[in-house]
Amino acid sequence: MKAFLILEDGHVFTGRSIGSAREAVSEIVFNTSMTGYLEVLTDPSYSGQAVVMTYPLIGNYGICYEDMESDRPWVDGFIVRELSRMPSNFRSEDTIQHFLEKNDIPGICGIDTRALTKILRESGTMNGMITTDENYSLEEVMKKLKAYSTGDEVSKVSCQQKTVLPGDGYKVALLDLGAKRNIARSLNNRGCEVTIYPSHTSADEIIASHPDGIMLSNGPGDPKACGKVIEEIRKIYHTDIPVFAICLGHQLMALATGADTYKLKYGHRGGNHPVRDLETGRVYISSQNHGYAVDVSSLDPAVAVPAFENVNDGTNEGLKYVGKNIFTVQYHPEACPGPQDSGYLFDRFIRMMEVKKNA
Amino acid sequence: MPKNPEIKKVLVIGSGPIVIGQAAEFDYAGTQACRSLKEEGIEVVLLNSNPATIMTDKDIADHVYIEPLTTEVVKQLILKEKPDSVLPTLGGQAGLNLAMELDEQGFFEETGVKLIGTTSQTIKKAEDRLEFKSTMEKIGEPVASSLVVNNLEDGIAFARQIGYPVVLRPAYTLGGSGGGIAHNQAELEEILANGLRLSRVGEVLVERCIAGWKEIEYEVMRDSAGNVITVCNMENIDPVGVHTGDSIVVAPSQTLGDKEYQMLRTSALNIITELQITGGCNVQFALHPESFEYCVIEVNPRVSRSSALASKATGYPIAKVAAKIAIGYTLDEIKNAITGQTMASFEPMLDYCVVKMPRLPFDKFISAKRTLTTQMKATGEVMSICDNFEGGLMKAIRSLEQHVDSLMSYDFSHLDHDGLLEQLAVVDDRRIWVIAEAIRQGIPYETIHDITKIDLWFIDKIAILVEMEHALKTQELTADLLKEAKRIEFPDNVIAQLTGKTEAEIRAMRYDNGIVASYKMVDTCAAEFDAATPYYYSVYGSENEAEETSGRKKVLVLGSGPIRIGQGIEFDFCSVHCTWAFSKAGYETIIINNNPETVSTDFDIADKLYFEPLTPEDVESVVRLEKPDGAVVQFGGQTAIKLTEALMKMGVPILGTSAENVDAAEDRELFDEILEKCGIPRPKGDTVYTAEEAKAVAGRLGYPVLVRPSYVLGGQGMQIAINDEDVEEFIGIINRIAQDHPILVDKYLQGKEIEVDAVCDGEDILIPGIMEHIERAGIHSGDSISVYPARSISEKVKATIEDYTRKLARSLHVIGLINIQFIAVGEDVYVIEVNPRSSRTVPYISKVTGIPIVPLATQVILGKKIRELGYEPGLQKEADYYAIKMPVFSFEKIRGADISLGPEMKSTGECLGIAKTFNEALYKAFLGAGINLPKHKNMIMTVRDEDKPEAVEIAKRFEALGYNIYATKGTARALMEADVQVRMTRKLEQESPNILDLILGHQIDLVIDTPSQGVEHSHDGFVIRRNAIETGVNVLTAIDTAKALVTSLEDTDHKNLTLIDIATI
Repeated sequence: MKAFLILEDGHVFTGRSIGSAREAVSEIVFNTSMTGYLEVLTDPSYSGQAVVMTYPLIGNYGICYEDMESDRPWVDGFIVRELSRMPSNFRSEDTIQHFLEKNDIPGICGIDTRALTKILRESGTMNGMITTDENYSLEEVMKKLKAYSTGDEVSKVSCQQKTVLPGDGYKVALLDLGAKRNIARSLNNRGCEVTIYPSHTSADEIIASHPDGIMLSNGPGDPKACGKVIEEIRKIYHTDIPVFAICLGHQLMALATGADTYKLKYGHRGGNHPVRDLETGRVYISSQNHGYAVDVSSLDPAVAVPAFENVNDGTNEGLKYVGKNIFTVQYHPEACPGPQDSGYLFDRFIRMMEVKKNA
Repeated sequence: MPKNPEIKKVLVIGSGPIVIGQAAEFDYAGTQACRSLKEEGIEVVLLNSNPATIMTDKDIADHVYIEPLTTEVVKQLILKEKPDSVLPTLGGQAGLNLAMELDEQGFFEETGVKLIGTTSQTIKKAEDRLEFKSTMEKIGEPVASSLVVNNLEDGIAFARQIGYPVVLRPAYTLGGSGGGIAHNQAELEEILANGLRLSRVGEVLVERCIAGWKEIEYEVMRDSAGNVITVCNMENIDPVGVHTGDSIVVAPSQTLGDKEYQMLRTSALNIITELQITGGCNVQFALHPESFEYCVIEVNPRVSRSSALASKATGYPIAKVAAKIAIGYTLDEIKNAITGQTMASFEPMLDYCVVKMPRLPFDKFISAKRTLTTQMKATGEVMSICDNFEGGLMKAIRSLEQHVDSLMSYDFSHLDHDGLLEQLAVVDDRRIWVIAEAIRQGIPYETIHDITKIDLWFIDKIAILVEMEHALKTQELTADLLKEAKRIEFPDNVIAQLTGKTEAEIRAMRYDNGIVASYKMVDTCAAEFDAATPYYYSVYGSENEAEETSGRKKVLVLGSGPIRIGQGIEFDFCSVHCTWAFSKAGYETIIINNNPETVSTDFDIADKLYFEPLTPEDVESVVRLEKPDGAVVQFGGQTAIKLTEALMKMGVPILGTSAENVDAAEDRELFDEILEKCGIPRPKGDTVYTAEEAKAVAGRLGYPVLVRPSYVLGGQGMQIAINDEDVEEFIGIINRIAQDHPILVDKYLQGKEIEVDAVCDGEDILIPGIMEHIERAGIHSGDSISVYPARSISEKVKATIEDYTRKLARSLHVIGLINIQFIAVGEDVYVIEVNPRSSRTVPYISKVTGIPIVPLATQVILGKKIRELGYEPGLQKEADYYAIKMPVFSFEKIRGADISLGPEMKSTGECLGIAKTFNEALYKAFLGAGINLPKHKNMIMTVRDEDKPEAVEIAKRFEALGYNIYATKGTARALMEADVQVRMTRKLEQESPNILDLILGHQIDLVIDTPSQGVEHSHDGFVIRRNAIETGVNVLTAIDTAKALVTSLEDTDHKNLTLIDIATI
């Protein structure tokens, strides 16, 4: 079946429909990872977005359910050059085609994804529609595209009930803003008992449980749309509990302490971004997925200072909070997909909890 | 960390002659590194014995020494030039070994010279088997368990511990004979017992068998601050068991999930960190296809063939970055030259698929075994880029220039089901064609996978190509079907063949439906950033990114494709210099080539690089877009010459010598007319098509005669026939390699072979020098030792050669380069071959005369006259030193290949010996080729009857040098009669100890074995030569070479060689 990708700027790509045949209007973003499509599909941070994979051959190793980063795929749509007709991997349990169908995710294949990526790079992230309706009216579509904006994505993707991953080590409260599974797993593998809280949980409830540390997760959407959560995080800031935050969590902590965030032209999504640790000068290759960044010029140096920066474009990649046991990063030490080089940050968090506890 | 200010003068060691396993990739890496160092203001001293390289140009390094790569030479050079540092990681294993040896001798410590790039401790940790194993164990990286045993019991116990199957490798046996894979204890007992008996030292290595696992490579980099990155990973389609150099390789990996990808990536980074490498490193893994289990196979702490491939596959210039790291920079201080805005501390992301295929030499070594093993056999490789794997594979196949253009090119349809299953088990260069046939005959994927262990994903991709063949054969050719066929890169001629249409019809249908190639950019970042470097590949069904530029005049330079015997790195040297010369003249330059190992495919050589197959269709697609003002074909070897006609049809003017004149040199009748007009004699001969005609011609001329196909390079298929049977056999062989051109039969003249390269501007010629071959005519010029200046011909002969060259160049209206080979018999000079194009000797003669022939030829092509360029026409003044080009062979790598020299070229590379005296130059040339004598002072002679008189003289001279001479009966008798002390040895078929035992005893320096002319009907000589080669004994098969060798050993002060800086010539 034919499918069309119609962009807000009037570009139309014609390809074939994959997954669900339903129509989807979403923000179109691109990801440059060459592996890890299932992790991308199931990363809750993509809620409200349709993802273009720049690597042209997708689905080669099928679907290995244990690699899912949440219970279900969250992308609004999936855009690829070519889907492998026959997956091959010893763990593969399903084909990507079937997985998309089963989860009612629409998509399009057979289009020039590189040309599409270049448009997004030049004009910035924009809205688009995937449709199988050959008789679409461009005027109608444009109206829908102009009207679309990502809503309150966090509460959509966050868990609804608190769950506990047992462990003998430090007690970590993980505020699920759309957390990838590997955040909890990374802590749990280091012995932590991880309690995962829904995003609407009050700071008081978390503080009352006396965690050794609080972890703020990644998540979707515009950080400024999370007003309520920001207020709760401000309360957490004022305690002396060690805090480690990733991606959206990092942005929300910045907003909670008076700094500002802004939308990047086309974001960072992939597994090859270099970040520099400003303290040591060392550069790490990181996994990234964000469309917003913290505005460094808005930082109050008495509150927070930059700890990491992106080597490519100089944007902020992490903050250290002055006089606090709080550090936050924009990128993804939990990887999945992408490089595992920053896993040491979880160890740093554990040491922070250790120091605090022994103090 | 910025540049280390203490590094001011660096010695860069190259990799020496091109041999199998060490080819043009090191010229690419070395050239890039030297340029990278020079742009930092560092004075570069370069040492490499290979004169055909670009790195040995005086504009690449400040001081250039084309000297043998021995520790003595390096020591002398360091004392002479006083560099503060040595960079050894760019010259392959050769460079690394040299540095290690000198370090162990304490030479660097003594002289205060630093090894930069990587320390000797690091090299040792990576290269020494035991240290490597313990290092890997220390950081918890698995290696395949192994143990050296010297009795059956230990072997059984160890196998029980690691589990079956196990690989058994006896120590010190010929080509791994006596080894094998044991699947159970019974097999183990049998193979191990045999192996222990065969091993000279009674030792057998028992190793866990990982054959059939996925073979995955990572190219990683690290700087002195400890920053690490992965440039790319690659997956071998052929599982573990086939050398990665002989495997079809795809980048990035296709069948690995993120978990496996990251697991191995992290492992590779842990390894480079533990080894503390500063620069590039290659890590090879075996990954179990059905679990997360893996083993580290090998680590190369240097740039390598794989790193060259990774550089071209990603656009990330590994050697350039490695050189910057060596002098102190960190990755985040080095610019990514492709984007111009990001830094080298990132990981390239591909948005395409790269396929590499090996170029194997079985068309040259017909008797050799085609099987692929862990010993590399490929002489070169091709790479292709496409947005789908099928297309990448199809493009790579037709880039090979081995008469293959699809999965139907090798026909296995005669095999039935069982025959196919059997053939699938044969691991050779035609395996994917066998798989295609198996799919055609309905053999299930699983069956194919069980036998070959090739991943199902790749088998399915081959099936997609087979399905397209079927569709084209059975369905009506609609625009949609054509579009899909082109998307997966079926060439027009194959579509035509399958649909029963003509190629012209297919092309017309494509154009009518707008199905044309478009071009995408290799930008290192999957379009995330704007890239400035026009490095392109073609795809169908996508938007075109290659911007058509205008303004400047535009020239298309055609590269020479994969490195093969007969067409080596020399032509890349010529293509690159031609490109630079056009650039200097204000032209916009465009290169099309498909060889990832070369300098010409570096993205900053031409203004635009198209990484494409060199077929008329692929070239036409580029031409359609770029509309060049002209094309140069005379620098790209036969590959480019073959495209001349197609280019003319496209309406592209051929710059320089016209196509008709190229033809005239190849066309027997036209050429004879020209010779007659000029009054130049040539050996008598005729053109034939059949064996009958050939025998008739031979009868008329009288044997011996030279039989060869026209339009080939490197004398492929050329043979000396001494009787009718030979003629029949040779014609049979020639016709087997699909000849559509006539066959030439010439009277074979025995005389001095002379060669010249000349530049002609239409009127005047410039001959930099005359080269003379040591071996008599009958041995291919590429396999002969070549001496400049010619020393054994008279001034009159030289004048005749100059005169003939001028006449021929003028008559053929040569504009640019011409190469002519002559035979001098007494004072008579005959022409044997004329090539109106650049030749193998161009880089050599340019370097040793200091006359930049390629830039001059390019200027001439652009309309300049030789006189305007500051040269007096004619033969230039002779140098006051000797420069000798020595062929280098890779025989030990190709099992079953006959090593005797003849009219068909067999050498893979060359080295240079340059000195004030002839003997020293000769000594250096032999030394550079690896003939380092004397060792044991024992030698064997077995020569044909006609060589016996000369053999006596040679034997006497070796005797005087203190050699013990062994000889077989006939030769021994001749030597004894001449009072040479000789020990007679039994022939091969006689009981032990015989000649073979003598060779295998590792006490022999040299075997001189001259086979009889014509087809050799005795198998003895072949067996002796093979065994000698595989035991590491030097073998000479021409009496003239033997004479040269003994000459070089006389009167040379081997300890104090004189070193000559080529840059001062």
